[in-house]
Amino acid sequence: MNSYVITVGTFILIQAIAACGLNVIVGFAGQISLGHAAFVGIGAYSAAILSTRFGMTFWEALPCVIAISGSIGFLCGLPSIRVREDFLAITTIGVNFIVESVFLYVPFFGGALGIGGIPRIYFWGIRLKGASFFLLCLTFFILAFLLVWLFSKSWAGLGCISLREEETAASTVGISSVKYKLFAFILGTSLAGLSGALYAHAMRFISAEDFGFPASVMLLSIIVLGGMGTLWGPLVGAIILGFLPELFRPFAEYRLLMYALLLLCMIRYQPSGLLGENSLAKNVFGKLLQRRVS
Amino acid sequence: MKNSQPFSSVLSVEALSKRFGGLQALLKVSFEIREKEILGLLGPNGAGKTTCFNIISGVQKPTEGKIFFQGEDISGLPPHQMASRGIGRTYQIVRPFGSLTVLENVLVALGMEKYGKGIPFFSFWDTKANRDKARQYLKLVGLEAQEKAKALSLPLGNLRRLELARALALEPSLLLLDETFSGLRHEEISLLEKTILGIRARGITILLIEHNMRVAMSLSDRIVVLDHGEKIAEGLPEEIAKNDRVIDAYLGRVKEDGLA
Repeated sequence: MNSYVITVGTFILIQAIAACGLNVIVGFAGQISLGHAAFVGIGAYSAAILSTRFGMTFWEALPCVIAISGSIGFLCGLPSIRVREDFLAITTIGVNFIVESVFLYVPFFGGALGIGGIPRIYFWGIRLKGASFFLLCLTFFILAFLLVWLFSKSWAGLGCISLREEETAASTVGISSVKYKLFAFILGTSLAGLSGALYAHAMRFISAEDFGFPASVMLLSIIVLGGMGTLWGPLVGAIILGFLPELFRPFAEYRLLMYALLLLCMIRYQPSGLLGENSLAKNVFGKLLQRRVS
Repeated sequence: MKNSQPFSSVLSVEALSKRFGGLQALLKVSFEIREKEILGLLGPNGAGKTTCFNIISGVQKPTEGKIFFQGEDISGLPPHQMASRGIGRTYQIVRPFGSLTVLENVLVALGMEKYGKGIPFFSFWDTKANRDKARQYLKLVGLEAQEKAKALSLPLGNLRRLELARALALEPSLLLLDETFSGLRHEEISLLEKTILGIRARGITILLIEHNMRVAMSLSDRIVVLDHGEKIAEGLPEEIAKNDRVIDAYLGRVKEDGLA
């Protein structure tokens, strides 16, 4: 594999980790969030500041990064107790703009210049770059995937799923909507923080506009495309939306147009995503598998 | 200790009032449910029956008044705490977990004890033991053949049964049934009547809202009648059937002065 493909692959995995987190909040717990990139940003800025100004290694900083993004995620999850659906969507967009402007206008966060000089990650004395950094991201993606898998199989996950399906009925079978919504926000934003930390060390220079509203829309598109509430959806969505722009590089001017068309087609023909219920892929593969068995 | 009450009351509702803006949905309603009793809650549309259920199950908070469950004041607790104390309910307008299967709908309720303790991240729901347990509740209501169907694909009658199975899976000591019989065919009704008597035989106290008079009269041990948010009668089914105020409430009042 050449280094170009490895770089694209690395960013796909980093996106997929953040999308896994968003999938917990939107896909499993059914709480719409259009501000997920803010938490990727919080993770990236924490990792960048801790490593450049406090001299921490990536590994020392990582627990702090996850704790910071998870706790801010908890705070931003609080509105979800009061507001629903479109109102929650607007609230989370607001959160995204606030976080972005804090990064942009507060000198502590480097202002418009962003933060540069973020060191590479060392693992047992090996400097991770190229293929080895890709493997690190792959490992973290697998861990994130397993975490979401565990979540989907646990009572905590079933509690969140039932909240998504019918909140009142869920509460009358003993599920505290406050507790489980906030839990989904903490889990989802912690994964966003992890993704952000990897992003910071991959780019080695970050600035506020990396984590703006368009990045949140991108993350939401990934899970809508892959299939909300499915395990593989975030990865499939991230791969497609990560490689497509590379394939269509000659038509770069029409990229946004193609995104829009793709999303419209998805919503019209495959509303549950490529891997969701009753999707084309699932039906075709399901039939093939059944034929194989019988 | 002296027990002044001749029977043990599971739930006692004391002077319960609920006001929605200018609408008095409930006004100082009091009644008691005795252990292993089937109490029917009757009344014309808009009498406040469902509001009463919503308050007992914690979905709405009372404006005034108290609710005691097994001797404990539970007024105004959130619904998940009502569930963990042993109050299960069904909804008149069914509320299934639509995209989950019938079996999964019941499985959700089996986790009731787990949901309250921290965040149950390391115990799995999809185990054979849990599925078998959920199947027993489906069998009780006669839905075992549809366990793999998506809840949304079920007809209304089956959704009402699913509501019942899900409430039963909580192993409640008090079960609130909100018009479980409405929209069912004749033969389904008699089947469900047997099921409900079977549930009572397992030691579960039942409070039911019912529009079908014949069903309400034959199932209930005692009946409480509400009208315009107030309790207008309470007694045995045969007493209620002869009660003038109840007949007035259902059929309309005859003007005595002959004017207007």
